Amino acid sequence: MSYLIQGETGQWEVVIGLEVHAQVISNAKLFSGASTTFGADPNAQVAFLDCGMPGMLPVINAECIRQAVKTGLGLNAKINRRSVFDRKNYFYADLPLGYQISQFAHPIVGEGTIILDLKDGTSREVGIERLHLEIDAGKSLHDQHPTKSFIDLNRAGVALMEIVSKPDMRSPEEAGAYLKKLRAILRYLGTCDGNMEEGSMRADVNVSVRHPGEPLRTRCEIKNVNSVRFVMQAVEIEAMRHIEVYEAGGIIEQETRLFDSNKGETRPMRSKEFAHDYRYFPDPDLLPLEFSEEFVAEIQAGLPELPDAKKARFIGDYGLSPYDAGVLVAEKETAAYFEAAVEGHDAKAVANWVMGDLFAALNRTGKAITESPVAPENIGKLVDLIKDGTISGRIAKDVFEIMVETGGEPAKIVEEKGLKQVTDTGAIEKVVDEVIAANPEKAAEVKGGKEKLLGWFVGQAMKASQGKANPAILNEMIKKKLLG
Amino acid sequence: MTELTSLTLAGVRDGLAKGDFTSVELTEAYLAAMEAHKDLNAYIVTCPEVALERAKASDARRAKGEAKGPMDGAPVAIKDLFCTEGVQTTAASKILEGFKPQYESTVSAKLKDGGAVMLGKTNLDEFAMGSANITSAYGNVISPWTAEDDAAALVPGGSSGGSAAAVSARLAVAATGTDTGGSIRQPAAFTGIVGLKPTYGRCSRWGIVAFASSLDQAGPMTRTVEDAAIMLGQMAGFDAKDSTSANVPLPDFTKALTGDIRGLKVGIPKEYRPDGLNSEIAALWDQGISWLKDAGATVVEVSLPHTDKALATYYIIAPAEASSNLARYDGVRYGLRTGADGSLDEMYMKTRAQGFGKEVKRRILIGTYVLSAGYYDAYYLKAQKVRALIAQDFREAFKTVDVLLTPTAPSDPFPIEGGAKVDPITMYLNDVFTVPASLAGLPGLSLPGGLSQRGLPLGLQLIGRPFDEETVLRTAQVMEKAAGFAAVPTLLRGGK
Amino acid sequence: MSLDKATVRKIGFLARLEIPEEDLEGLAHELNGILGWVEQLAQVDTEGVAPLASVSEMKLFWRKDEVTDGGMPEKVLANAPDAADGYFLVPKVVE
Repeated sequence: MSYLIQGETGQWEVVIGLEVHAQVISNAKLFSGASTTFGADPNAQVAFLDCGMPGMLPVINAECIRQAVKTGLGLNAKINRRSVFDRKNYFYADLPLGYQISQFAHPIVGEGTIILDLKDGTSREVGIERLHLEIDAGKSLHDQHPTKSFIDLNRAGVALMEIVSKPDMRSPEEAGAYLKKLRAILRYLGTCDGNMEEGSMRADVNVSVRHPGEPLRTRCEIKNVNSVRFVMQAVEIEAMRHIEVYEAGGIIEQETRLFDSNKGETRPMRSKEFAHDYRYFPDPDLLPLEFSEEFVAEIQAGLPELPDAKKARFIGDYGLSPYDAGVLVAEKETAAYFEAAVEGHDAKAVANWVMGDLFAALNRTGKAITESPVAPENIGKLVDLIKDGTISGRIAKDVFEIMVETGGEPAKIVEEKGLKQVTDTGAIEKVVDEVIAANPEKAAEVKGGKEKLLGWFVGQAMKASQGKANPAILNEMIKKKLLG
Repeated sequence: MTELTSLTLAGVRDGLAKGDFTSVELTEAYLAAMEAHKDLNAYIVTCPEVALERAKASDARRAKGEAKGPMDGAPVAIKDLFCTEGVQTTAASKILEGFKPQYESTVSAKLKDGGAVMLGKTNLDEFAMGSANITSAYGNVISPWTAEDDAAALVPGGSSGGSAAAVSARLAVAATGTDTGGSIRQPAAFTGIVGLKPTYGRCSRWGIVAFASSLDQAGPMTRTVEDAAIMLGQMAGFDAKDSTSANVPLPDFTKALTGDIRGLKVGIPKEYRPDGLNSEIAALWDQGISWLKDAGATVVEVSLPHTDKALATYYIIAPAEASSNLARYDGVRYGLRTGADGSLDEMYMKTRAQGFGKEVKRRILIGTYVLSAGYYDAYYLKAQKVRALIAQDFREAFKTVDVLLTPTAPSDPFPIEGGAKVDPITMYLNDVFTVPASLAGLPGLSLPGGLSQRGLPLGLQLIGRPFDEETVLRTAQVMEKAAGFAAVPTLLRGGK
Repeated sequence: MSLDKATVRKIGFLARLEIPEEDLEGLAHELNGILGWVEQLAQVDTEGVAPLASVSEMKLFWRKDEVTDGGMPEKVLANAPDAADGYFLVPKVVE
């Protein structure tokens, strides 16, 4: 599905690459023993290293190494058994060391791939350029005081994985799908919680445009975009800006910009009198990071099933459509719920209940699937009740709503509320006869050829049976009585 | 009480053990001497209260039979590059004036835990950048030595000039130093004491204000080789807080002092004898060779072909690392802050311009330049490659010899007056004999070998294999005995 | 390679060192002297030589993922030139 923007000078293609900063799940920071928990009092989770005190030295956290390798394996990427930490030198108020410890020339993870699941059910492969480990900066608050900024270093030193894609995306949708898929993989792996609101996952978006077939043009980097929706908006807005500049005969300068979601625009960041010159060099406080093949193999052996494999299995084992399977595996928790629900039941039906009524109910109540009032095994049981004719699909909807409210077990609800389907032909016939007797003119109309009214009779009879009549038997009987 | 301050660390150890005197008496004697010789400016801050408190505690321990180790009760000086909890730590820079660390460096903590008494923080070249102790924001250190023919105040060497002057002038029984390109060894040579730079990784760098991380190493500055062995044992050891600290066994260095070097193979690197080498230095070196031969060692000439490129290599690598290490002094979290009424960048630029001295700024600029885009390969990467060749030279040499003997410094001490006037490169040349071992991370020791014609101390340097401080110390002690160096600083002669 | 005043000004800014205009010339001269001197390294044949970043031959020490530090905001802020409400304060930054 190609996304091209029609301009005055012809069609434009958008070229997008993403640099995602994902906070590593670990108890302590990458190089210090301070906690990584979110929401502590200012500067309460700061070791002397994190605030750049003289003479403080970094010591690497083994868990962060494992998490990076695990992520690399999850991205089908090359694991570099020797990597090097460099210093990226620049001054900023929330960068206490005057440099960021990062990896420049020799990252821990090399090239990999990620498969995007697009809305139309198709897939597309996007290349991963690299993944490296680095430390986060602190947080500056600019709105606390008229002339001062406030600095909190709790986040300073927390481990980040910077995951850089190749410039392989061509539409806002693809950029959004990439971010969603990457987040899903990280969450399946348990290496990043993917929480964009708390800033544990942030994206820098590189955008350029070109006429199809042209070489790449100058790109701009939009910093720190913090939701999937904003990434898609930022791509669209930045692409339009480039096209307008080019079509007005201007040139795009390579620069770093900020996305303002309120104004729906991007604008250049201040202070660029001098281009950055980060003066990367190997951090002399650290030695090269090296590990064995066995170390990698051990992590590989412990990898969970990832979205792509799970999707394939859902299609193969359960006969789900690629679209349904894609929706169900998009979140680790949804997939887990589905698997708990489907065990021994009709998979297609369970999938429909999960994606339809359950999603709707969760949406309505603002709950996550892990907090679902409906236990997964009860979905399976509900599906069975329909299948064995205990209740109709129509009644099942009511039963489900009661399940949402009470968390009850479906068979019990049916029992208590007397919602069991009536299949006794005698009882159904009685109801049908009563409805016909009460509406002689309409019955005559049907007999006179107005067959449309049949449905009306079905509805009335169903109502009279309080919805419990078996719909097939009821239909058949009304047809027989009125049309002979 | 003068005799007390004349004792060596070993003498102090034995005297305290025998009960000849107490740590408090000893500490008081040193505090009095420090007061009497304030004009040397060896200390940036003294901490008599802390010292006496620790001395009392030491005496109390000893009274209960719980004395800790060989340095329990020994009054020492700490170079003001080691962060000391609650005691101002400045690195001799204005930018850290008033800074009181909330933590104790690993090395000073080990000494403290071993019962050593901290007398104060010694002066140094600002951020340890210098070879004459004339770049301190807290004034020059004056050597306790003066020439026989000239009363001009002399430099004590640098950067550990305060520590060297203190140990030499009996203002501390021993002191910590740090050495990046010669900062322990060269001042030791200039003040007639022993200075040992251990193998890179032997002592933890945690809590030492960093100059050049891949080169910095702490070590003892003492009056005898035996004292250096005692003190190194108290400073060294693996530290999980320093990723470059070495997890190797820690020997009892004093056990290495057997006095027997028969069969030892000593290398004399021919590149250390360039044309124009000071004749006094050359003569002392030859004298050292004779002492070794007399003691039964075999002396052979070796070649370290890249020696003449070591200094230039060092003056790329050290400033590059320093430019990054010193970025944290920005006026935000501690230390000096000026220009805060302007923008953040203005505050940075004013704070750093006012907080750093000339030599530090010069090195930051050089370091920034050699790492900058377009120049990295030509300067920094090239220097790292030459550094590899220099390290390789030593590895080759140590295939055939056990230890190397060289001079420590190319001249005897020079006047402060003159030092302030020389151009940077001439000053850098002071480190010509000490820098190569620093680049290779090898242990190096300077011991007093004799006096120049002007009556000033001259040092000889021994360089050993990685983590073989034992051979270096053993050899040094044999030479020390042969040299019989008994001269005391001019300051302590006569009059008293 | 020769450093001019503009370059000195630029590296001064990179290093956040304010350099008075009148000092630029002299500083350029001085730095050129040092750079000219270290350029003797160009004479060394380093073909095929791997750069040496650290002389240490140790394996990088990995620490356990345990919270062992932090929880001391008062010590962290003890030396701050300007602090309030647990934060470090700096001149306002506009992004």
